[in-house]
Amino acid sequence: MKAMWAGFVAAIVIAVGANYILGEIGFSSADRQTGAAVRLN
Amino acid sequence: MARILLTLVLALLLAAPVAAQQADNAPAPDRSATGGAQTLEDILARQRGEKIDDSFRRDATGDPDSAAGIAGQLGTLGGASDAEVWRALRYGTADVTVSAGGAPARVLVQNGGMTWLKWREGPLRTYGGWLLLGTIGALALFFLLRGRIRIDGARTGHTVTRFKAVERFAHWLLAGSFIVLALTGLVVLFGRLYLAPYIGKEANAALLVWSKWVHNNIAWAFMLGLVMVFAMWVVHNLPNRTDLVWIRQFGGIVGKKHPPAKKFNAGQKLIFWSVILLGGSISVSGLSLLFPFELPLFAKTFTVLNDIGVPGWFGYDPLPVMLAPHEEMQYAQLWHAIVSFVLMAIIIAHIYIGSIGMEGAFDAMGSGEVDEAWAHQHHSIWLEEVQEAKAKPSKSPPPGATPAE
Repeated sequence: MKAMWAGFVAAIVIAVGANYILGEIGFSSADRQTGAAVRLN
Repeated sequence: MARILLTLVLALLLAAPVAAQQADNAPAPDRSATGGAQTLEDILARQRGEKIDDSFRRDATGDPDSAAGIAGQLGTLGGASDAEVWRALRYGTADVTVSAGGAPARVLVQNGGMTWLKWREGPLRTYGGWLLLGTIGALALFFLLRGRIRIDGARTGHTVTRFKAVERFAHWLLAGSFIVLALTGLVVLFGRLYLAPYIGKEANAALLVWSKWVHNNIAWAFMLGLVMVFAMWVVHNLPNRTDLVWIRQFGGIVGKKHPPAKKFNAGQKLIFWSVILLGGSISVSGLSLLFPFELPLFAKTFTVLNDIGVPGWFGYDPLPVMLAPHEEMQYAQLWHAIVSFVLMAIIIAHIYIGSIGMEGAFDAMGSGEVDEAWAHQHHSIWLEEVQEAKAKPSKSPPPGATPAE
C-alpha cells in the first residue's frame, strides 16, 4: 500500500508545485490580462 | 441487400444538394413595411427556433466610406447610426480598439455565449448526471444479480508479483488525481444547483474557489500519471488473438468460464485505451482552459472536419470556423466536460470490478502480490510466462567479471 500513498502524496506535491511555478513565471490571471497601459495598483 | 443500401445512400446523397438549392432559391421575405428592418415574422421565426437568414441585419452596419467629415454635421459616428454601431458590436464586425487584453477584450458582445450557457445548464448537466447515476444503478443491479466474482476453490497461499512498485505508484498517481478532478469538476458544474441550497451560498462559493484551485493544479499530476501509465503498459495493451476468446466468453463476467489472458485481458485493454485516448483528449482541452485564449483548438479542428465533409455525413451544415476567442473557450469547456463524463462512467465500472466486484482484484494494485489461484483464473497465460521466467536459471556472470561497485 506504500505505492498508493506515495502516489497520493505525489499528486498533492505536484499540485502545490504547479501553482507556485505558474505564479512565478507570470501566468496568473492578473498578469495575463494586463498591458503596459493598465495600472493594476 | 447491398444493392438496395447502395441505391438508398446514392439517392440521399443526390437529394441533399437539390434540397439545399431549393432552400437557397426561396424568395426573400418582404420587409418593405419596416423599411428593411426585421419584421414580426422574423422575430416569431427566431423564437420558434427556426433557422433564419439574418444577413439583412448582420450586414446592415452602416457605410463609413460615405460618412460626412468629422467636422461636418452628423459626421461624428462615422457614417453609422447608433443601431448600426450596436449591430456591428453584436455580430463581432465592429472595429474595436482596446488598451489591454488583446483579441478577447475586443469582443464586447458575444452571441455564442448564450448557446454555451444553455448547453451547460441544460443537456450537459442532465445527460451527464444521468449517465453517472445510470452507470452506478446498472452496476448495483449487476452486483445483485451476479454477486461477487469469487476465486474458484481455495487460495494457494503462494503469490506472484502482478505490478511492481513503480507501476502501482503511477496507477495511484493517475487514479488519485482523476478522482479529485472528477469530484471538483462535479462541484463546479452542480454545486450551485445541489449544494448551495443545503450548505448556503457563502459556503458553496468558498467550496467552488477551492475546487477550482485544486482542479487546475492537480491536473498536472493526472497528465504525468497518464504519460507514465502509457509508457509502461502500452506494449501489454496491444490487441491480440486471445482478446477474441475473452470477448466471446464475455470475460467470464457473465457465466462461469474463465478465458485465458496475458498480462491484460480485453476488458482491461478497453479501459486502458479509454483512459489514454479520453484522458489525453481531456488533458488537451484542459490545457486550452488552463491557459485561456493561448491554445485555441476548435476553429482549426472544425476546418479540418469541414474539409473532410464530416458534418455533411450527418446532414448538418459546415461547422463554424470563425470563432471568437471566448467561443474557443466555450467549446473547450463543453468538450472537456462531455469527454470527462464518459471517462467517469468507465472509471466507475473499473473501480467496481477492481474492488467489490471481484475477489482478489484489489491486491494487484494494493500490495502488488496476487494469489496464484487468482492469477491462474484471470490471467493464465501471464502466470505461465511469469513461472517460466522464474524457473529459468539466472545467467551467471562470465568468469573473471568484476561486480559493479
